[in-house]
Amino acid sequence: MAPAVPPPAVVLQAAVVLLDRFPALAGVDLAVGKGEIVLLRGPNGAGKTTVLRACAGLLRVVQGQAHVLGVDVARSPRLVRRRVGMLAHDDGLYADLGPADNVRFWARAAGAEAVDADRALARCGIGERLLDVPAARLSTGQRRRTALAALVARRPELWLLDEPHAGLDRAGRDLVDDLVADAAAAGATVLFASHELERAEALSTRIVTIAGGAVRHDTATAKIADPDGEVASAR
Amino acid sequence: MLADARLIAGKDLRIELRSKVGIGQMVPFAVLVLVLFGLALDPDRGVLTRATPGLYWIAVLFSALLAVQRSFAVESAPGVAEALRLSGIDPAGYFLGKFAAVAAQLVVLQLVLVAGVVVLYGADLAGPLLLVATAVAATVAIASAGTLYGVLAAGLRVRDTLVPLLLLPALAPVLLGATRASEAALDGGIGDGWGWCGLLATFGVLYVGFGLLFFGTLLEET
Repeated sequence: MAPAVPPPAVVLQAAVVLLDRFPALAGVDLAVGKGEIVLLRGPNGAGKTTVLRACAGLLRVVQGQAHVLGVDVARSPRLVRRRVGMLAHDDGLYADLGPADNVRFWARAAGAEAVDADRALARCGIGERLLDVPAARLSTGQRRRTALAALVARRPELWLLDEPHAGLDRAGRDLVDDLVADAAAAGATVLFASHELERAEALSTRIVTIAGGAVRHDTATAKIADPDGEVASAR
Repeated sequence: MLADARLIAGKDLRIELRSKVGIGQMVPFAVLVLVLFGLALDPDRGVLTRATPGLYWIAVLFSALLAVQRSFAVESAPGVAEALRLSGIDPAGYFLGKFAAVAAQLVVLQLVLVAGVVVLYGADLAGPLLLVATAVAATVAIASAGTLYGVLAAGLRVRDTLVPLLLLPALAPVLLGATRASEAALDGGIGDGWGWCGLLATFGVLYVGFGLLFFGTLLEET
């Protein structure tokens, strides 16, 4: 008997998302299997961030289907949010709290323990002298590492990373790569958008190109779309 | 829900303890209001004494606006509101936590203000039981209504002016009830003070109920 195939972590079928009546996603088809590391690439305004936010249940899919971790996020976005971790452009840190309080708060909000937060802080290189420094006084890189620690501490099943290498020095970017690889090895799925293509492509197991709110190329299926948006098989 | 409420309240109070922005502005502002009323009305000590309950609750109400605005200003840091939605925190727990943190700050404020009206206005705290019950009921009403209207305006650029415009009319019955109940207590005769206190409690229970039921919807829509 063939082994049971696990359900995909993300399934978007003809997904449409409107931002102020403008179709930011105009019928996206994307399926991401569990444990995959998928790079979303494309020009500014292509819809990469919108895909990530829709998968997080932060934007409503008004047409088509969107299932994330087995949950219909178009209908029940709240059900999936605790299982998803998102690193967005903004760090999501309380300016008056230090990294320790920030990460412990976000970890406990997701049902993790303070010890998970402390471990994540250490893993992300937030030294003891920084733990109680208000986030407002941290450098961009230190805030980014703190936000990463908050994500790691939550131990999400689906990682959604929007430009995760931005604002980090080389050691920080290496740290991101290690965290992503470790998460995938532990069974999590990673969907990320990046303009740092050389590093991101080396990290990913699959590359999806988005433009004009639709998938134009997917290395898994090698589908290429012509400029009018018609998708044809390249093979 | 209660675990989430504790988490949110603990976080808000920790932020307040670290930054001291809310208390650092709210308490001096409230004391200043009392002093200014005292300066304006001092030539007629009788008027000042009679007006003490109303002046006290006006000072509390104006200061509560600062507490509510501060409570939601900390959530306006870049990415925080979105992270909160993603956190999976129960909306009712979020409401209760915010409410509890604002209420705790109002309790501290009122301890200072009570000392203020005794020293500045010469108030005699007769009927302490009714006074405490009134303070508790009014605090619940102000903090719950403030939290509800605070989240309504949270995502808007005009929130600093919108919160007072929404909240002050909504809290007019609380001002009336708290003033009447406090007058009765300070008179020592009690009279219909407990009736006004009951009205305050009803108001508070209603707003807490609305918050528990509808806060999640408000969070999603703002």
